[in-house]
Amino acid sequence: MAGIGLYAAMFGVTFGAVSVGSGLSVGQTMVLSAVLFSGASQFALIGIIGAGGSPYAAVSTALVLGLRNAFYGVAVSHSLRPRGIRRFLTAQLVIDETTAMTLAQPLPRGRRYAFWATGATLFVLWNLGSLVGALAGSSINPSTFGLDAAAPAIFLALLWPQLSRGQGRSVALGSALVALALIAITPAGLPVIAAAGVAVAAGIGSARRGAGAEGR
Amino acid sequence: MSATWITILVASIGCYGLKLAGVSLSDSLLNHPRVQQTAGLLPVAMLTALVVTDLFGANGRYSADWPALAGVVSGAFALVLRRSLVTVFLIAIAVTAAVRALT
Repeated sequence: MAGIGLYAAMFGVTFGAVSVGSGLSVGQTMVLSAVLFSGASQFALIGIIGAGGSPYAAVSTALVLGLRNAFYGVAVSHSLRPRGIRRFLTAQLVIDETTAMTLAQPLPRGRRYAFWATGATLFVLWNLGSLVGALAGSSINPSTFGLDAAAPAIFLALLWPQLSRGQGRSVALGSALVALALIAITPAGLPVIAAAGVAVAAGIGSARRGAGAEGR
Repeated sequence: MSATWITILVASIGCYGLKLAGVSLSDSLLNHPRVQQTAGLLPVAMLTALVVTDLFGANGRYSADWPALAGVVSGAFALVLRRSLVTVFLIAIAVTAAVRALT
């Protein structure tokens, strides 16, 4: 838990600093960290805004990236069975890290504890970090400290496990080529949305081929 | 209200709505194998594209960010050695900052 808390705080500081460096205000940065609360979507959104991309590209990239949380929500709610008002709170904490920590526990009791402990730790430290980074961000240059490399490095770490699978590797390679081809000819954000098409094509293609035999 | 605020609010509320839908629609269309297969591949595709555009593009043209590239490649070595996220993060920013300071 200490490791994941440290990670959330450091990555949060980075987000805050890069966000303010991309032209967002401290308030806008904090709304993203508190309400959107999903690292990849947040970084993608501020990246596109900072690069002068259209609001449509920024919103749709954030939403398509956030789509995975809907699927995590299915898995988490199978274990936690949240009822009533608790469901609204549970939903906000469903992200990559909480889902992984929850599903790593074998028993329902352990899963419930893992979800709330990880979720609360991440939420508090991510937001505190964002605030510190956003306040400091106006007086420092994030790229002097190499902070601009943090998001791509973490994205690589998040997709790393998938690269050991044949299909994950082909999708990553295909997406890299599509994005590379589109960088200079489409507005900011569109290369990332176009890459989503590679995943959809691969998902439909493999479901048709193997009807589930392919594995996930 | 500025366009940036609207973008932020729509994205934030939309992303929360997706989480809530997942938690609420637990035993429905999201459980379809083909839907799950595609959903599992979406982050792979988009995160890869984000890494590529972060490192090789700037303002709609090709422009490699060599210090950041050196940092991310160093982070990848840490991943090969099965280091933690914190280590990957620290190595990536330290190498990027060092290369930038030296060049």
